[in-house]
Amino acid sequence: MRHIISLLMENEAGALSRVAGLFSARAYNIESLTVAPTEDATLSRMTIVTTGSEDVIEQITKQLNKLVDVIKVMDLTDGLHIERELMLVKVKAVGAGREEMKRTADIFRGRIIDVTDATYTIELTGTGSKLDAFLEAIDPAFIIETVRTGASGIGRGERSLKV
Amino acid sequence: MIYCQFMEATGAEIVVRCLAEEGVEFVFGYPGGAVLNIYDEIFKQNKFKHVLVRHEQAAVHAADAYARATGRVGVALVTSGPGVTNAVTGIATAYMDSIPIVVVTGQVPTPAIGLDAFQEVDTVGITRPCVKHNFLVKDVKDLAVTMKKAFIIAATGRPGPVVVDVPKDVTAHLTEFDYPATVEMRSYNPVVKGHSGQLKRAVQMLLEAKRPMIYAGGGVVLGDASPQLAELTRLLGFPVTNTLMGLGGYPATDKQNLGMLGMHGTYEANMAMQHCDVLLAVGARFDDRVIGNPAHFAREQRRIIHVDIDPSSISKRVKVDVPIVGDVQNVLTDMLALLKQAKEKPDAAALNAWWTQIELWRSRNCLKYNQNSPIIKPQYVVEKLWEVTKGDAFITSDVGQHQMWAAQYYKFDKPRRWINSGGLGTMGVGLPYAMGVQLAHPDAQVACITGESSIQMCIQELSTCKQYRIPIKVVTLNNRYMGMVRQWQEFFYGSRYAESYMESLPDFVKLAEAYGHVGMRIDKPGDVEAALKEAFSPALKERLVFMDFQTDQTENVFPMVEGGKGLSEMILAEEL
Repeated sequence: MRHIISLLMENEAGALSRVAGLFSARAYNIESLTVAPTEDATLSRMTIVTTGSEDVIEQITKQLNKLVDVIKVMDLTDGLHIERELMLVKVKAVGAGREEMKRTADIFRGRIIDVTDATYTIELTGTGSKLDAFLEAIDPAFIIETVRTGASGIGRGERSLKV
Repeated sequence: MIYCQFMEATGAEIVVRCLAEEGVEFVFGYPGGAVLNIYDEIFKQNKFKHVLVRHEQAAVHAADAYARATGRVGVALVTSGPGVTNAVTGIATAYMDSIPIVVVTGQVPTPAIGLDAFQEVDTVGITRPCVKHNFLVKDVKDLAVTMKKAFIIAATGRPGPVVVDVPKDVTAHLTEFDYPATVEMRSYNPVVKGHSGQLKRAVQMLLEAKRPMIYAGGGVVLGDASPQLAELTRLLGFPVTNTLMGLGGYPATDKQNLGMLGMHGTYEANMAMQHCDVLLAVGARFDDRVIGNPAHFAREQRRIIHVDIDPSSISKRVKVDVPIVGDVQNVLTDMLALLKQAKEKPDAAALNAWWTQIELWRSRNCLKYNQNSPIIKPQYVVEKLWEVTKGDAFITSDVGQHQMWAAQYYKFDKPRRWINSGGLGTMGVGLPYAMGVQLAHPDAQVACITGESSIQMCIQELSTCKQYRIPIKVVTLNNRYMGMVRQWQEFFYGSRYAESYMESLPDFVKLAEAYGHVGMRIDKPGDVEAALKEAFSPALKERLVFMDFQTDQTENVFPMVEGGKGLSEMILAEEL
């Protein structure tokens, strides 16, 4: 099962490596990991997308909680949540394909943020599966480069992860 | 301005004053470039004693043993680079057994970090997977508070090693010294009290048990919960077993104790574990050497109550029914209070039938061995050591067959008497462990049960023992083999003894004498007792005695649960 784990930790040097090291040392899967400071600069917020059986996920959350720098851990997939990922795609945009590419980007509510005679750079936000769908919708031969941030997540409604 | 300067201290002074404030008695260490400022401050003080080891690994082991034997935080001090890498084995050993130590490591000056400076390693990076926490102190203003955090983190919750890496320039920088009485950490709040609802469920379950079993691990020793465990066990009349790490947590000579369980546990303990209907696990973690194959263990229906301070130890290898996170002493105290209030009593008839079954298992006498051998049996040496020391010595061991025989035949009645590397299984710990224990308890009898292979991994410490007049007794069970490796090769590799024979052994008697100690070689069973009595006699009380017992090369450790097998699938000595 795919799980999205959110955590708050002290924004100190080496914080990221403690989490990354834990995942590799204990052979846990890690699909993506995003991290940045919060509005309180002493805190880092991390979103980890992982897969595993319920037992493994239970161990992952326990082991994360055990890290001395970690303040709070929440499995977003335990409740309603929103998940977003940002992708930048550089594509060939020439001839008839140029207009087609813009139309496809529009359908996916992508924005063209950089243009040359031969290329577009498209910015897309959504769940991971939406970004996947966009890449499937365009001719793979047109893709020059893709960059994805990995998922960020937040609980719906009142549900929040705060100190 | 002058007043202000008077209050200021260098980083090196701060390190030393923090250690003094913590009431540290001994710092085990080895100097080097990056820690010279700190050593200069150690030279100027008399609050604690520095013990100069001969290899940094031994410094950490000795600090670790000091912690195990006293319950206080052990302290080691090493230099940067190779000082740290040598210390890593010691740190990992302490980590696996949850031992509270603080290791202060020197680091190259902050401007040199990352530039591949002389004796530079990424200490925080190298030690991260084997510490409870570590710190790199980049600003002298953070030093005192970091030291305080290190001691708090090491000693509380599930204990463990903490590394404080201090760059050399930080030890020279000045700041005002103020050692905080305590430090709040919003991210660190170990749970200490057990959940009251879970406690009630647990007590109910214990009272309903027909075939109960108490399985007590190292957490009982670390959490100083032996009196509570004894009271609970006696009140309920249940059988109890100790893990390798838990030996001494419940008196070994008490009838209710079935002995150690696990890979080399007793027949009765392993059978009772497998066939019980309610299992109370206290400060133990169901590891692979204890319950064998978890699938085989799960074949029998039983309800499990698991008390542990570390939530991640619960339901890691074995699913439990009633998890209770908390300090074992608190939890057992609360459990006792509930039991005393309860109207129900344990089912006496069922318990009687269960004990009858257990006594049947016990009558197999699984630890018997040939008492008439013309060659010294290693088990015999340990039994005699127990007799000669009246069961009241501190025993350290190395790793291998001799460790198992020590665990099986030396009956520990008190906690913190059995000092060994259970988790990491580090050969070489025995001698430095004995140093740490003897320094902590100068008047106690301390023996290191070891083998001729293990002892050579830290044998340089005989020199440290000479310098500080540490009068430990080394009991070497010398079978000229890496015994446990040989045993596995005999059982599982067609007796192909690849590289497990110890050729070209030194003359240990001469070696001991060369280091300024007393050496003895014992060849015959009839001489074992006399040698031990002499070693522990008042005449040699102040001396380190190295006893080289020439033991049976072919002796194996029984019972044995093969890797991957179930607990009740033991090989017993008579079956071969």
